[in-house]
Amino acid sequence: MCLGVPGRITELINRDGLRMANVDFGGVIREVCLDYVPEARIGDYCLVHVGFALNLLSEAEAQDTLSLLKEISRFEQET
Amino acid sequence: MSAAPASDLPGDYTMKYVSEYRHAGLVGRVLDEIRRTVTRPWTIMEICGGQTHAIIRYGLDQLLPPQIELVHGPGCPVCVTPLELIDKALAIASRPGVIFCSYGDMLRVPGTGRDLFSVKAAGGDVRVVYSPLDAVELARQNPDRQVVFFAIGFETTAPPNVMSALQARSLGLRNYCMLVSHVRVPPAMEAILATPSCRVQGFLLAGHVCTVMGYHEYPALASKYGIPMVVTGFEPLDLVRGILETVRLLEEGRIEVKNAYARAVSFDGNPEAQKIISEVFQECDRKWRGIGTIPASGWCLRPEFSQYDAERRFDVGTIVAQESPLCVAGEVLQGNKRPQDCMAFGRQCTPEHPLGATMVSSEGACAAYYRYGGVTIRA
Repeated sequence: MCLGVPGRITELINRDGLRMANVDFGGVIREVCLDYVPEARIGDYCLVHVGFALNLLSEAEAQDTLSLLKEISRFEQET
Repeated sequence: MSAAPASDLPGDYTMKYVSEYRHAGLVGRVLDEIRRTVTRPWTIMEICGGQTHAIIRYGLDQLLPPQIELVHGPGCPVCVTPLELIDKALAIASRPGVIFCSYGDMLRVPGTGRDLFSVKAAGGDVRVVYSPLDAVELARQNPDRQVVFFAIGFETTAPPNVMSALQARSLGLRNYCMLVSHVRVPPAMEAILATPSCRVQGFLLAGHVCTVMGYHEYPALASKYGIPMVVTGFEPLDLVRGILETVRLLEEGRIEVKNAYARAVSFDGNPEAQKIISEVFQECDRKWRGIGTIPASGWCLRPEFSQYDAERRFDVGTIVAQESPLCVAGEVLQGNKRPQDCMAFGRQCTPEHPLGATMVSSEGACAAYYRYGGVTIRA
């Protein structure tokens, strides 16, 4: 139920006073409400749940999990 | 490490922020690190039904060292929606002049004797919507009909659901209302932790609930019950990383709340979403299917929004519903029993004919075990 899908904002749209956007999910485009991410811009990646962007994904933090693997690799080499 | 290699887990496709977290080789290395770290048995609960589904789908539970037992929490809103409320939904959806809108997951959930699909088959106007804004649009297009939206969900789904009430108000729609069954994670965790028979030693916190709410509510809960917690995502690499961080905290005896899903979660969450939720919703006691009533565990509409409350607009009377005496869903939801411990599992109780909460949705622990149980996935 709490599924969140990352997608890239490609176009901003105003619809009935709501800040909407077209968002690209790996080739599938859907309209998404941006009212909860007022700072969003074209090109940003957002996490989308039932047609709403709940936040913007952090590229810097995305490296965090992958850098954990670096740490494990280092440990493996040392032992 | 440079860019992550392409994914090779089943059911995958190339998508930024998804594909790199499904790489079997990387998952295997984190699993190796878990094996190196663990020295004794630990019981860890993932709260979120989406995580339960992913863990069983990818067979991650089978790849963990035998000392680690994952138990599956009550974080599936479809599962925990009480039978009485489903019966109310069925009664409202059966009325002439009503368009009843729901997320797809709720349609197959049986109330006492039937489900929303059978109401539709009997001529009721039941529609599946992707977003609550689709229901508001239906209300605008059908001014002579009453449009009722079945607003279920945890904190993740609250911002979209409350926005539909605000949008209906802004458009001046008088024919839109919501049947609200919202639940909150922290009170449910506390209910589980306060049970004397509680076996849970560490929690994987529900990633997308924390996207909205942050994780500032959890340190107090962690220290009160002496339980470490780790904010965890939904892809296989996120899940094994969350488990690794939890095992490290457990092995080192540290009672902390850590964030292993930082690309989507910050400590404070989304303040704008929290502000709008509190404008429309207020806390209320809520009955959880399989568990019972948990104080202050739900959200309902504030009095200022009562005109959008379907329970006020439609008088459906008092409904008393009876659960199956065979079902042990309550014990499964609290981590005290496994699906296969139930005598009815896979016999009287299947996804086609569910007897209780954990079999009704694909995110329920019993339904996930039924669908994927016995599947072995190579490391």
